[in-house]
Amino acid sequence: MNVIYILWLREVRRYFRSRAQIVASLGQPVLYLVALGFGMGPIFQKAGNGSYLQFMAPGVIGMSVLFMSIFSGISLLFDRQFGFLKETLVAPVPRLQIMLGRTLGSATSAIVQGTLVFIVCLIAGFRPQHLASIPLAFCFMAMIAVMFTALGTAIGSLLTDMQGFQLVMNFLVMPIYFLSGALYPLNGLPRVFGFITSLDPLSYGVDGLRTVLTGSTHFGLATDASVLVCIALLFIGLGSYFFSRIEL
Amino acid sequence: MIRVQNLVKKFGDFEAVKDISFHVERGEIFAFLGPNGAGKTTTIKMLTTLLKPTGGTVEIDGLNPANAQTEVRKRFGIVFQDPSLDSELTAYENMEIHAVLYHVPRAQRIERTERLMKLFELWDRRKDAVKTFSGGMKRRLEIARSMLHTPKIIFLDEPTLGLDPQSRNQLWTHVKHLNETERVTVFLTTHYMEEADRVAQRIAIIDHGRVVALGSSQELKQQTSTATLEEAFLALTGSAIRDESGSAADAMRQMAQMWGRKR
Repeated sequence: MNVIYILWLREVRRYFRSRAQIVASLGQPVLYLVALGFGMGPIFQKAGNGSYLQFMAPGVIGMSVLFMSIFSGISLLFDRQFGFLKETLVAPVPRLQIMLGRTLGSATSAIVQGTLVFIVCLIAGFRPQHLASIPLAFCFMAMIAVMFTALGTAIGSLLTDMQGFQLVMNFLVMPIYFLSGALYPLNGLPRVFGFITSLDPLSYGVDGLRTVLTGSTHFGLATDASVLVCIALLFIGLGSYFFSRIEL
Repeated sequence: MIRVQNLVKKFGDFEAVKDISFHVERGEIFAFLGPNGAGKTTTIKMLTTLLKPTGGTVEIDGLNPANAQTEVRKRFGIVFQDPSLDSELTAYENMEIHAVLYHVPRAQRIERTERLMKLFELWDRRKDAVKTFSGGMKRRLEIARSMLHTPKIIFLDEPTLGLDPQSRNQLWTHVKHLNETERVTVFLTTHYMEEADRVAQRIAIIDHGRVVALGSSQELKQQTSTATLEEAFLALTGSAIRDESGSAADAMRQMAQMWGRKR
């Protein structure tokens, strides 16, 4: 068996064993779907934009993949404080393999989480335009997952204690979510604000998901995919660099 | 097996390890004792490729840890001062990950995992999550795991910290047994002098980054004209209390323990 595979397997096993956590982390997306989906629905409809639930479901899927990815990336911090990281870092294997195994494993968990939220959306009444678009939606979920797990790993390598965690939540994760167009259309925004949303990598992820699932697009599918791939590669590079510099 | 010459490690202005030299023979049990902050863990980190020395040379089985990192890592097993198991996974899965990380061939992996887990009396609990284990069981699992890839040396950094006398006693019996059957060289640190007295063939006492005495327990007692190793240790290192500053990791561990109790 191979090093990357076994570390991937570790992350996936840990995810599937934390059942309580899986259920708990479905709470937030459900709240968004119900409170906003049904609450804001009538206004959205009146403004002539169609069904709000249909609009926001891809955003909520993107959100859950984002949260899950960043958290499992940062869980590196826990491994570091509670020891398991040492076991991997003193083994006779290159750190890049360790980082890739972890990242792919965490990304897989995030994709599974996104899938669960997708199912919740279907139950709430969301309908993708056609079934053939679902595999493509998974590609976008995977890109969002890899991108943000790598970012989480980079942050987790830099943080040394839990104090930084709240900071990351408030000044990185929440802005990424709220500026991404997950909850509102990016068309016709004030110019400066529109520019800021176009700097948010999640904007492209959510737009990609929305394009394949509902057919309405802002940046266009090709732009979405290429920006995501570039940023994912950049973050993997950053993640590996910072991970390789961890000292015990 | 281990050869250290004029080893120096500086952190900025602070000299943690000041020009120490010693060697450890193949198959020997060697104890490395000293008060908190004496430089024990820093030395172990340099021996195990985790830190680069500022000066001097280290040889592990004839290789230099600074430039033959991977080769050196294959040759030793290590049990860290604080636990390094994945407590969400089962005991068997922890062993499996280690075996894969150290490229142990499949057949050997299965055979050796079973043998070591039986030896350390953990085989019946192999399918249980490590978080359900007692402190002594976790320590035994870590030692079993460190032996999985048939290392030539094992480093045990305060392996008995926080264990009850029964577990400590049993743990050292196992370590001695492995030392005799597999001829593995053991390099250990501990704060329990009677343990060092009982298992180690030779003892080095380190203080303020220097080796202040080296020899068998008998020799150290004679040298200081004391009756027990503990008295010899105090005679050599003085009785002033050493304070180590707590790190972020300590604070977090404490927090985790509090949470663990609440649940």
